Amino acid sequence: MIDPHSQNEVNEQQLRQILQEGLPLVARPYQHIAQQLSTTEHAVIEKIAELKQRGLIKRFGLVLHHHELGYTANCMVVWNIPDQNIEQIAQQLSQEPPVTLCYQRPRRANWPFNLFCMIHGKERAQVQAQIEALIKKHRLDYPYELLFSTRQFKQRGARYV
Amino acid sequence: MELSHLDRQLLNAAQKNFPLHPQPFKVLSDQLGIAEQEIIERLNILQQNKAISRLGAVFDHQRAGASTLVALAVPEQDIDAVAEAITALDEVNHNYQREHTFNLWFVVNASDQNVVDQVLEHITERFDYPILDLPMVKNYHIDLGFPL
Repeated sequence: MIDPHSQNEVNEQQLRQILQEGLPLVARPYQHIAQQLSTTEHAVIEKIAELKQRGLIKRFGLVLHHHELGYTANCMVVWNIPDQNIEQIAQQLSQEPPVTLCYQRPRRANWPFNLFCMIHGKERAQVQAQIEALIKKHRLDYPYELLFSTRQFKQRGARYV
Repeated sequence: MELSHLDRQLLNAAQKNFPLHPQPFKVLSDQLGIAEQEIIERLNILQQNKAISRLGAVFDHQRAGASTLVALAVPEQDIDAVAEAITALDEVNHNYQREHTFNLWFVVNASDQNVVDQVLEHITERFDYPILDLPMVKNYHIDLGFPL
């Protein structure tokens, strides 16, 4: 635990801001942050470990741009799954390698779909085939729609602080 | 950009559990058998080429703040102007056009729900299009990065 009276205490808000913007790709990135926050390299490392442990950080590492890597076929598949089945189906789909995100969201008056999966691929036909295979394998006999992206206007990390 | 075998190895190894060690690239170097300096140089090139967005943290939406997925049904002739206005908002991080009547899809995130609500209010005052506000109910996927 970090002693609150220690002069090495890390300002959590400032650290989170740096972590959402990105660290420099240099030999000692934590040292670089420590200088910005007037603390020690060790304290920065401990604090990041703590944020991971508290579940605030889901993943710590490189964040890629799918689009620039050639994964330009990006499809959001939405399903209308009965409430009593959604948990089980979502668990199954989230284990499937082509699925990169799997969220339950609320239905609306003009929007009947409650399960959202994201699938990235290099070609549209390949992504379509992957989705068809998932539907067959998991017997997803429910209404669905494929929302392929046609243009990417913005993609960056979320800013919460 | 085209990735080399080395690039793939690096990108696959460093997307999750990036080493919490004073010299993290030295740890990767030992794992992969590639010189530390070479790793750093290669990652900088990948970042310059926009293959890497950043080295950093992906936060849990619900624990770190508030967010929602929003969709607008925008007439085709207005889409460029609306997309530009949405992209300009600080609280928007992802913004895509998709093939659907609801054709503009973006994520709003902020420190708390009040700010998210204010942004939505601003959008509905400015644009009189059908809108969907679809906050996450549950996340089923564990983010392990993107295998290459």
